Amino acid sequence: MPKDQGIGAASKRREDVRYLTGRGKYTDDITLPRQTYAVFARSEVANGIIKSIDTDVAVAMPGVLAVFTGDDFTEVGGNPAGWLINNRDGTPMKEPKRPVLAHGKVRHVGDAYAAVIAESVAEALAAVEAIDADIEELPAIVNMADALANSDNRVHDELEDNCCFDWGWIEDNRDSVDAAIKAAPHVTTLELVNNRVAPNAMETRASIGEYDPGTGDYKLTTTSQNPHLTKLLVAVFVLGIPEHKLTVVAPDVGGGFGSKIYHYGEEALVLSAARKLGRPVKWTATRSEAFLADAHGRDHVTKIELATETDGTFIAIRTDTMANVGAYLSNFSTATPTFLHGTLMAGNYRVPNVYVNVKTVFTNTAPVDAYRGAGRPEATFSIERVIDKCARELGIDPVSIRRKNFIQPDQFPYTTPVALVYDTGNYDATLDKVLELSDVAGFAARKAESTSRGKLRGLGLNSYIEACGIAPSNLVGQLGSRVGLYDAATVRVNPTGNISVMVGAHSHGQGHETSFAQVVADMIGIPEENIDIVHGDTSKIPFGMGTYGSRSLAVCGSAMVKATEKVIAKAKKIAAHMMEAGEGDIELADGVFTVAGTDKTLEWGAVTLGAYVPHNYPLEEIEPGLEETAFYDPANFTYPAGAYTCEVEVDPETGKVEICSFSAADDFGNIINPMIVEGQVHGGIGQGIGQALLEHAVYDSDGQMLNGSYMDYAMPRATDMPFYTVDQSCVTPCTHNPLGVKGCGEAGAIGSPPAVVNAVVDALSGLGVTHIDMPLSPNRVWSAIQAAK
Amino acid sequence: MYAFEFEKPSTVAEAVAALNSGEAQILAGGQTLIPTMKQRLADPGKLVSLSGIAELSGISEEGGVVTIGAGTTHTEVAAAGLGALSALASDIGDPAVRNRGTIGGSLANNDPSADYPAGILALGATIVTNSREIPADDFFDGMFTTTLEEGEIITAVKFSLPEAACYQKFEQPASRFALVGVFVAKTANGVCVAATGASEEGVHHWPAAEKALNANFSASALDDLSVSPDGMISDLHGTAEYRANLVKVLAKRAVAGC
Repeated sequence: MPKDQGIGAASKRREDVRYLTGRGKYTDDITLPRQTYAVFARSEVANGIIKSIDTDVAVAMPGVLAVFTGDDFTEVGGNPAGWLINNRDGTPMKEPKRPVLAHGKVRHVGDAYAAVIAESVAEALAAVEAIDADIEELPAIVNMADALANSDNRVHDELEDNCCFDWGWIEDNRDSVDAAIKAAPHVTTLELVNNRVAPNAMETRASIGEYDPGTGDYKLTTTSQNPHLTKLLVAVFVLGIPEHKLTVVAPDVGGGFGSKIYHYGEEALVLSAARKLGRPVKWTATRSEAFLADAHGRDHVTKIELATETDGTFIAIRTDTMANVGAYLSNFSTATPTFLHGTLMAGNYRVPNVYVNVKTVFTNTAPVDAYRGAGRPEATFSIERVIDKCARELGIDPVSIRRKNFIQPDQFPYTTPVALVYDTGNYDATLDKVLELSDVAGFAARKAESTSRGKLRGLGLNSYIEACGIAPSNLVGQLGSRVGLYDAATVRVNPTGNISVMVGAHSHGQGHETSFAQVVADMIGIPEENIDIVHGDTSKIPFGMGTYGSRSLAVCGSAMVKATEKVIAKAKKIAAHMMEAGEGDIELADGVFTVAGTDKTLEWGAVTLGAYVPHNYPLEEIEPGLEETAFYDPANFTYPAGAYTCEVEVDPETGKVEICSFSAADDFGNIINPMIVEGQVHGGIGQGIGQALLEHAVYDSDGQMLNGSYMDYAMPRATDMPFYTVDQSCVTPCTHNPLGVKGCGEAGAIGSPPAVVNAVVDALSGLGVTHIDMPLSPNRVWSAIQAAK
Repeated sequence: MYAFEFEKPSTVAEAVAALNSGEAQILAGGQTLIPTMKQRLADPGKLVSLSGIAELSGISEEGGVVTIGAGTTHTEVAAAGLGALSALASDIGDPAVRNRGTIGGSLANNDPSADYPAGILALGATIVTNSREIPADDFFDGMFTTTLEEGEIITAVKFSLPEAACYQKFEQPASRFALVGVFVAKTANGVCVAATGASEEGVHHWPAAEKALNANFSASALDDLSVSPDGMISDLHGTAEYRANLVKVLAKRAVAGC
């Protein structure tokens, strides 16, 4: 019988009631007294010199309260990169300033160079159109290879070229990997593109700035995945507001997928404007602004070589990648293509030699940063595609070549040549499971049936690993991170025994309000509904680092467990006093304290009331009250892993790909709420299929985004998706966090693109097709078929 | 959206009068115009809505000739049992679009990727306006262009029911408009093959296919034909070569579906 409460129960998501009944409270739902509205003037050219900005007409228009330009922010700090990466030669990366509003130059279409504050959005829009900006257009820098080759035209004039850094991982391995590849009997080479995608959270970004002249306090309500991190960035690095004078609130947030990790200039603008006007200032992005000015994802061009013995035993992997960072360094844009990518380049395999080279490139496009998976999808895609190609070249089936090279269960902890230490796993187990789920044995018959209808059927496999639960602060500090990556939780037991848990993680669709409550309920033995999870408000929650990298449960959840353990330990002391027993004899189960070996009991609520009404209380030994805070800094990353299969049917006449089935076997360690985990996998696979078949943020050679609306940017829809078969029964618990959990938020987006592409290439392999770049649009598939003819 | 004036006449005559004053534009179902205005890409001083004109709605049949009022929504056409044309209407946009969008609005807009122009051209329909009747072959005049005069209002579309017809649409992955759509109709005047989404000139006949199908109405009759990519649309979603291929593939499937 599955439990109906606590750890392991498929508790229904309590937050969905308000989300689905229109009672969610998102930033744009908030309307404050005397609120004003900001609208930004954004560059229509990708690269240009701002000769002048005449705001005289705009300022005088009806309802207009103020107009800001880059000149107003020359005295404030810049939005920093969160991670310092060193070049192969040890010198630091180039780090151009990212201003609140463009100053001197505009660097991508959508780069904001002015902002109007007005009584209404309509008046602000009219005034934006009246701003007379003289911008001298320059040739756009769009293509990464061209940007590296041509140092005369630079995105940032003050830098010597367009290369942000040239990173080698691990640089000391470079020569030995070169030698191993040179000596190898077989080398498979694959050049591929990991396509740029736009994040497309359902809720566009929005921010409200407030300033109280009476107290000097600021408040920023904003669409953030990590309010404390945003607070640190906007207060300390950009505007110079003392941290105790700024509250950041991220209320209900409608999806992030990475794009709402970062601090954006619009947030600083509404705060500054609120201070100047003494009135609240709201900005809500249009969908067009989201396409042009949210941080995009992926955008790698990679050459990967896999050297093997003739029997398929892996000898070495070498990659050469250009990663687009766009026009400015977004906060984690330097970490994503490096330490979240290069460190995963051994996959789940014993590969003695691995070397990763990444050159990051400034271009006149929107900034590129972490997007669901963040570096790990790029690593997995490269590895799993080249393995499939290698298997085909060597005449080995794709299952066998993976099994032959898997790290074995008895080899953990396993140190890879790219410096990660995998703590646990069982890759054959998830592979066995997915082969069973997807009825691989019946594939030949299904293929024959498709062939009889003139269709091409293919089966694709992927075996992925990722690093989640970021991250051990001392380790990432050594590697250049400028922040710690612990998290924090406060467990506040109220007098009658119900509990408010204040957490540093932020839930914007992940279901923390349900799953986190399940953990505390299970530990104490009280109903889940007696526990509320409070998140998103820096004036209420402890200093945590927020939600990204599938870290919330593994890191913040661990802090919550530690704080709950402290609460229970104190409650036992109180209970011992109240029952006149020794502290060591007190047991807590199902919300009842007992004295071992006796029939003495006390309800949870009686003890908690005792803590707040301390009439019979050991005041000389312990303080009244029952509230504990814990910070947790992980000892290692967690390593979710799994195996996915995808079966497709291709219409050779039109190139259209239909996904017939998709199966996923994931090892996420222990599971708190299987329904939520399954939903996370569904969503992740949906995004992965979107990237594989449909999505692509395309810029032309002038730096214009060609598909900045849903008329041309192809989002996946329900009809594009198969019914998934997902399984999380293969469990190797994480060895170093108290819940044994690994994280499940990104796996689907990491594991699915290579499974889809491997399936399509398998379908077309009889025609001689060896690779097609994503997205596998009908046109691209048809063209590949024509080229192979 | 910019501010605009709004009029909602109840007769065609009133609408014509309203259009003759100032910078006025017709508003039919608004499924193209309203989004364009919301993007501030259109700034009509005045909109004249046709939605209050009863005489523009409804579908009737007399002696094998079907008349569809210009204000008839896609949903209504989809439900009217008109074979391939109803099937075409049922797959335009999404339910919200189909409940607001009208056949007259779609034809007057003549979006090069719209579905209706292919059906209307292939069926040899007649476009009826407040001042004249225009054969479909004389109506469509290139992308977003028709032979309608300034202030002329489509009131109805009429056509004879075909012996057989089928529309095959290959959706553009993002918008779900027709990347290419081909409507094949076997009519009293012979076989018509009309393609939308393909040509830079907008909806067009494929005369070679019509000739081949008039001689032998079977999909295999098109096997030896090819479509030239010259003059085909080439964009993010499909090259000219790809669109030319789709015209042939979809034409064959449409014949097979008749």
